[in-house]
Amino acid sequence: MNDKDVIICRCEDVTLADIKKAIKDGYTDVESLKRHLQIGTGPCQGKTCIPLTEKILARELQKSVEDVGVVTSRPPESPVPFGIFLKGDKKNGK
Amino acid sequence: MESKDVVIIGGGITGLSTAYYLAKEGLRNIVVIEKSYLGSGSTGRCGTGIRQQFTTREHIILMRESVKLWKEWENNLPKSVHFRQGGYLWLLKESEMDAYREYVRLQNILGVNSRIIGKDDVKLIVPDINTEGIAGASWCPSDGNAYPFDTIDALRIALKRFGILIRQFEEVKEIKVKNGIIQQVVTDKETFNTHFVVDAAGFGARKVARMVGVDLPLKLYRHQIAVSEPVKVFLEPMVVKGELYFTQTYRGRIIGGTDLNEQPTESLSSTDEFLPQFANEILSVLPTISSLNVMRQWAGFYVVTPDHHPILGGTDLPGFLLGVGFSGHGFMLGPVVGKLLATYIMHGTMYLPEANNLDLRRFRSGCLIQEKAVIG
Repeated sequence: MNDKDVIICRCEDVTLADIKKAIKDGYTDVESLKRHLQIGTGPCQGKTCIPLTEKILARELQKSVEDVGVVTSRPPESPVPFGIFLKGDKKNGK
Repeated sequence: MESKDVVIIGGGITGLSTAYYLAKEGLRNIVVIEKSYLGSGSTGRCGTGIRQQFTTREHIILMRESVKLWKEWENNLPKSVHFRQGGYLWLLKESEMDAYREYVRLQNILGVNSRIIGKDDVKLIVPDINTEGIAGASWCPSDGNAYPFDTIDALRIALKRFGILIRQFEEVKEIKVKNGIIQQVVTDKETFNTHFVVDAAGFGARKVARMVGVDLPLKLYRHQIAVSEPVKVFLEPMVVKGELYFTQTYRGRIIGGTDLNEQPTESLSSTDEFLPQFANEILSVLPTISSLNVMRQWAGFYVVTPDHHPILGGTDLPGFLLGVGFSGHGFMLGPVVGKLLATYIMHGTMYLPEANNLDLRRFRSGCLIQEKAVIG
């Protein structure tokens, strides 16, 4: 299968070919790779694509997954609407 | 051991921009040293805004020039930095109008096209804004924003083409000085011979300056930001109200922050207090986004000086230069600061006279220049 056809991050439409090119450009740690390609910044919160990216990076660089670094997970755990925080005294977040 | 004409400490926008303008002046034998990855500090954590609506001659002139350079970057760098002049819409209560009229007057004298507008005009610019309690706004259509990671990547590619060395995940441990002249920069991996060092280390700037006995009056204040899921772009201006600010990136995410009035801290952790406060503030101004999902929040530092202006240029130690203490404005000032520091190295003076008012000596002489318009 062509690397261009292997989608790693579905939310942000990032393919295996994109990741391999970025690694060649010098993005050799998972934090900067995430920011450069926006992997894991979509609604799934990186739950599938970040572990995949870590493995690809480790494989391409012939390092262990621990050595390519881990991504800081940011709150909230799952996406929540702004309205959930509305203080109740006014209208109840229609 | 390598010899370098200039060693730049810090791979954020300030360091990379300085390297870029040095390269354009023909100086290519330089190295940028970054202790983590490029943009990992305040650049990658910033709120993306670029504004000229300041209250001092120094800030207004530097930012007017920086906006000009942002346009050049958009046109000339190897990829788009997504600089967009969507304007800054600064919502004002009746009690704030007079003060902002004065700021606008100064901005206009210095060539910035800001103006005070009424409530109805606010609605014309962003129809969804709730104007309850608002008398009008200070509006500058030539303000805007850019995308931090694309900016860093565009600079990285440009520097690579100039043949400039960038070292990531390498930390400066020592700067050796002999007879009052810088001799060497020692990292955890290598030693560079050099007589010029630029401290562009963001929230690490104080530690770097201490290596050569220079004390910087900097305090770290944590500020937090949240982003939403992407939706079709409907909001081009940066909207400001009090400490609240928000805009939408070209990728469709609403991005913004507010101030929790924290004391200085060394912690970069995000906190539980932020999202409820930010959500309530943003919904009071833009109630239509209440069903939009918040995706992430994070924290970054404002590296703050006593007068909220950066510290630029030389120090008592020859060859030791500062591009530090941006007090929340480092990203927007990045282009002009890089060019100022490059001209200082090449010609011995920063090319805008106002920048020379912003060197470290002002804290000794007491000639502070207070900025009143700080957001977030």
